[in-house]
Amino acid sequence: MTIQNNSTDDSEYSEYEPTIGLEVHCELKTATKLWCGCKNSFGEQPNTLICPVCLGLPGSLPVLNKKAVEYAIRIGLALNCTVQPSIFHRKNYFYPDMPKDFQISQYDIPINTDGYVLLTDGSKVGIVRAHIEEDTGKSTHFSSSGRIHESTATLIDYNRAGIPLVEIVSAPDITSSEMAKSYVNELRNIIVATGATDGKMEEGSLRVDANVSVKKKDQIELGTRCEIKNLNSLRSLGKAIDYEIDRQIQLLNSQKKVIQQTRHFNEDLNQTVTLRTKEEAEDYRYFPEPDLVSLNPTGEWINEIKLNMPKLLIDRRQSVIELIKDSKEMSQLIGTVNTLVDQQLDTLFIETVGFGSDPTLTLKRLTNEAANSIDAAKKLNSKELAYLINLETSGKVSSTQSKAILSNLLENTSETVDSIISRLNIQSFGDKEIEQLLDNLILEKQDEFKRFVDGDDKVIQFFIGQVMKLTKGQANGKSVTQILLKKRNG
Amino acid sequence: MSQKNNLISKEQVLHVAKLAKLSLSDTEVELFSEQLSHILGYANELRDLDLSNYPPTSHPIELENIFREDVVIESISNKKVIDNAPQSSNGQFLVPPILND
Repeated sequence: MTIQNNSTDDSEYSEYEPTIGLEVHCELKTATKLWCGCKNSFGEQPNTLICPVCLGLPGSLPVLNKKAVEYAIRIGLALNCTVQPSIFHRKNYFYPDMPKDFQISQYDIPINTDGYVLLTDGSKVGIVRAHIEEDTGKSTHFSSSGRIHESTATLIDYNRAGIPLVEIVSAPDITSSEMAKSYVNELRNIIVATGATDGKMEEGSLRVDANVSVKKKDQIELGTRCEIKNLNSLRSLGKAIDYEIDRQIQLLNSQKKVIQQTRHFNEDLNQTVTLRTKEEAEDYRYFPEPDLVSLNPTGEWINEIKLNMPKLLIDRRQSVIELIKDSKEMSQLIGTVNTLVDQQLDTLFIETVGFGSDPTLTLKRLTNEAANSIDAAKKLNSKELAYLINLETSGKVSSTQSKAILSNLLENTSETVDSIISRLNIQSFGDKEIEQLLDNLILEKQDEFKRFVDGDDKVIQFFIGQVMKLTKGQANGKSVTQILLKKRNG
Repeated sequence: MSQKNNLISKEQVLHVAKLAKLSLSDTEVELFSEQLSHILGYANELRDLDLSNYPPTSHPIELENIFREDVVIESISNKKVIDNAPQSSNGQFLVPPILND
């Protein structure tokens, strides 16, 4: 846990532990809104993507967007949820961001339930539900002081009202701001990979509400929680949670009570402030939406969605790990695997290894040498790449030569490795050729060789230098070392 | 019907009225307490029936999966949208401040 207030003694904090659950709202990338054919688009002129359904005018009726349901199912499947028959409810409240005075959401029977997300460190965060609902309009508060509390008027743009959302509710499995950030980051990677959402926090297409409570470590029941609304960057998420944990511990330490309320994170002040206290305002009087019938995706449809879904991030990482799992350097390579998948080079990697190249060396060449020209790297011919890596593994080209060939290949991906080798006049120095060169050198440099035989290993560098000079840097230094050692031992 | 027999108390009527932002006179509170109790009393009669063979329904019409394809239909003009607004500013709805306690 990060403690922001340095004046407080750390020991006061160690008795407490935070419990955090997150609600992540993500906008779906459909062409149209959830209930009507108005365009789903960000950044248009206010109130230009509106129809009677968006305005809740009398007589207008919602009709469910099939694509939105498909995207919601993709998200559910990606989060290991059960996809079940569901219905829609009206959530009633008086707030001008919804002109019909209710939001259509899912209540006790959501489309996706009971899933989980695995974080990169192996810990698991449960997903209670991931349901479909409509987004609300955007309010802009006017005030002279700049404080949301002292606003004198509010402007409403309903372009966002009715845009399809999936709200993903985590179990209260999160125990620190760091874990919360790691969860949102991984969750975002997963749902973006499904193609259902673009996950842009800065544009508000992914927003997070955090439920935070603290309790004494030996206490069983959870403490009173506060909800912090609309956190739109990982940075604010972390800071808001740390501030809130700190605030609640200080209240409890001074024998005060935490009041259940909704809070807002003020970026400038770097603190959370009360938005509203939860009393009757929380009585949303949910009831089944009479204008919509139940949603019961057939097993056939769910299977079809599953088959057509882009391969999920976690599966892609796993496929790569499968191929390098025998490598001695496995533990150092895990981070590299994530990079490879993030850069969309995993398919190329798998194809290349399929042509018999060494997995570890292929992974290194792709994430180091190829990383500077990703676009070209994506066009590499896997067969040519495997051929090059095999030349290097078998010692037919040195690692320096191999890197030079790869860099040429990246400049023109349609050229073949053989053509680059002959164009650059790269000569292959196999062990036999190197041994011959060394034999001549040993005769010439008898003093140095004697020092080496007597145990001075530094002389190896001298011989490598000499061989490189003779071969214009095209020999493999490792081979030189091996042959020298063989001569001394044998 | 006297107050103590009512399934819905006056307090409950006042609570619901507050949530719905309605102000009711004492006579109305009395009247609605009676009427709402009557409606609930009718629903209570259903409890006496054996409905174990009937699955719960969320909608009276036996339909499911009514969808619309994801195809854009032209929206209405901003002028038309704003026309009915009591107050507006630069194409947006202008409403009283909403976060005052």
